[in-house]
Amino acid sequence: MSAPQSHTASAPPRWNRLRMIETPALRYGLLILGVAYIVWSVGVLDINWHRISTGIPRAGNMFSRMVPPDFSRWSLLVKGVLESVQMALAASFFGMLLAIPLGLCGAGNLVPRPVYLVARIIIILSRTFHEIIIAIFFVKIFGFGPLAGVLTLIVASTSFISKMIAEDIENMTPGQLEAIRATGASFPKLLIYCISPNTLPRFLGVSIYRLDANIRHSTVVGIVGAGGIGQVLAATFSRYDYDFSLAILIAIVSLVFLGEFFSSWVRGYLR
Amino acid sequence: MLTIKDLNKVYPTGTRALNHVSFTVDQPQIIAIIGPSGAGKSTLIRCINRLVKPTSGRVLLDDIDITSLNRRQLRRARRRMGMIFQEYNLVDRLTVMENLLSGRLGYVSFWRAWRRKFPPEDVKAAFKLLERVGLEGYQDTRADALSGGQRQRVGIGRALMQAPDLLLVDEPTASLDPKTSRQIMRLLVELVQERGTPALVNIHDVALAQSFSDRIIGLRGGEIVFDGQSSGVTEDVLTAIYGEEDWSLTVRKGDDDSPAEKKADKKNGLIREAATG
Amino acid sequence: MTVAEHAAKYPEIWRRFSPRMTLIRYAWYLGIVAVAVWSISNLDLPWFYFLDAHTQALDLAERMWPPDLEFWQTLANPLLETIHIATLGTIFTFVIAFPIAFLAARNTTFNSATWFIGRLILVTSRSVNTVVWGLFFVAIFGPGPLAGIWAIAFRSIGFMGKLVAEAIEEIDEGVSEAIEATGASRLQVLVYGILPQVLPVIYGTAVYRWDINIRESTVLGFVGAGGIGILLYSSINQFQWREVSLILLSVFGVVLVSEFVSALVRQRIS
Repeated sequence: MSAPQSHTASAPPRWNRLRMIETPALRYGLLILGVAYIVWSVGVLDINWHRISTGIPRAGNMFSRMVPPDFSRWSLLVKGVLESVQMALAASFFGMLLAIPLGLCGAGNLVPRPVYLVARIIIILSRTFHEIIIAIFFVKIFGFGPLAGVLTLIVASTSFISKMIAEDIENMTPGQLEAIRATGASFPKLLIYCISPNTLPRFLGVSIYRLDANIRHSTVVGIVGAGGIGQVLAATFSRYDYDFSLAILIAIVSLVFLGEFFSSWVRGYLR
Repeated sequence: MLTIKDLNKVYPTGTRALNHVSFTVDQPQIIAIIGPSGAGKSTLIRCINRLVKPTSGRVLLDDIDITSLNRRQLRRARRRMGMIFQEYNLVDRLTVMENLLSGRLGYVSFWRAWRRKFPPEDVKAAFKLLERVGLEGYQDTRADALSGGQRQRVGIGRALMQAPDLLLVDEPTASLDPKTSRQIMRLLVELVQERGTPALVNIHDVALAQSFSDRIIGLRGGEIVFDGQSSGVTEDVLTAIYGEEDWSLTVRKGDDDSPAEKKADKKNGLIREAATG
Repeated sequence: MTVAEHAAKYPEIWRRFSPRMTLIRYAWYLGIVAVAVWSISNLDLPWFYFLDAHTQALDLAERMWPPDLEFWQTLANPLLETIHIATLGTIFTFVIAFPIAFLAARNTTFNSATWFIGRLILVTSRSVNTVVWGLFFVAIFGPGPLAGIWAIAFRSIGFMGKLVAEAIEEIDEGVSEAIEATGASRLQVLVYGILPQVLPVIYGTAVYRWDINIRESTVLGFVGAGGIGILLYSSINQFQWREVSLILLSVFGVVLVSEFVSALVRQRIS
């Protein structure tokens, strides 16, 4: 390797910094596209400074009404929180139970292809739609109240956990399955002796994580009437009880915070 | 004991892995199967316990035709064949004892397996095997905490827990260092002699195959090109199996404990043997 | 070896868990079942409904098919609006989450107080669901997509901020140390040392969140924050099941496309 030998009066050697997108045309093209998009969409949505500027003082007004938070109706608050916690626990438990068969069927290396396809389709469909949409359906069928919420969260939990299980099983080293099959073990014994030891730790970890996520989601399905603290919150907003709203929001944030704390503690303990 | 009749395997991609393979095993012996990669060694071993389904042909274990069994009967038949793998294939998160006992899964009920309450004779046999393979005291160690050689011993123990009529061994030493390889092969030889169980062993190391086996089957392109005593593997045989190569250093029937210094002498002795033989 | 020694050497019983550990495990199982039972104790389970559920579901499915294709004309604009809300909201977040992430990362923040504030902002943003933010902003800005954009943005800050902060904390300290050793200013260390390592994560997270935001935007309409949600709500309430199925199908299609695009871009980035 020899150094460049140019002694002519030329500019010093240039270097270009490494960028994420190599071709300048693509890079600038995307940038221009991005700016153009923003301009167009803002226009389409009819967003103008007027609305934003009238919003700010309204926000200020709202804040002043929110503070200080009103905890006087704490029994209602506690009832709502308890209901949300119950919903989250129930959904996590039954979600775990249902996720086991669904996850097993969703593993391509374990079950025949048609079973695998059906399971995967079920998983995809339940994950596509936001839980609020599912909640609305359940509210329509079962009426207002926490039952609809629990069912919604069960659907959300099951699809999430079963997807993880299916992926875990597919990522297993195939040799272990072969070896246990070679001893003459039947399918159920294969499950508990080979699949379960490999997937159990992550299954538990994911389920605990889901418990924490369910607490967050349980606060929201209430907005469409599916029970929990969300229902209480929605009511306060519609009645302009902003000081109570703030109290509820503080409760929600603390609950979620506690939930995350609990979940990471348990997961650390499991390891 | 084992009869393979006209075994053929063609994969869906069109690759012909086995082509009219036939041979018989009728005494307790170690049979080494050698051949280049892709010769069909792995496929052959797996067709015997039907982990791979043969396209045509028959596998007879003591007059039971493995190829025609239904799933339940197949599971019963598999209990009689112990398999040992190149990558050990232990269940990593379970302890050594659980891995050993998994050899009995074909014999115990689901509930016993779940609650890990195996019959006392099985537990006793497991402890005995643990000692026999040199892992005394390791029963509660997790399998992923062991070295490669130790894991392979557990794998051997697991296969023997089945009290099998036949051992199928797929490249047991490919992932092990030379010294451990010889230890494992020695263990296999001793166990075969003690229990009178024949063993089919895939090996890619010809020298190892010759040192430790009584009979050698050479596969090439899915066909048997040699089936005879290991002493009969000459340079010509190796050429037929693997192709043109300088085989002078490989063809030997050395004592496994001979030190490296004697290798040169042995080489000279062998070359003289081959020239006259 | 005597019989006793033989029995001791080759025991007939082996347990994976000691009796004490087995007891603890069973106690856990019992506890979990007890909690599960408590959690559904307050629900009135209408058992007769459950038994009937499959016929009801079939009945509903029948009423939803075939989807009402004429409804597409009403549907197209709100659908587009949904996509805009998600995209603009994500772009908005991109700008804000970035500096907050730096505050929330132990190795780039100024002092403990700023770190705590950074973390607090992120946790608050994450704890409050997008739809709740939607309620909040509808109260401020009135109904419409503007509220939706702010809602998406405020929720995404927590998500992106957390992942980027974690990435910042995981960078190779050696690189920024080396640059600092040359006498560079704090800002230069940021740009030359930290940024190149973190940029892929920032883009990747943004695209990931955009994909999630599309899903979230579909329901913001329920609280009046724009998008297709409001159409869905009204169709369901009016029992117009064939319109509903068209809406659901179009949502499915959009989500599928966005997931595909997101996976593609993230693959290219890494």
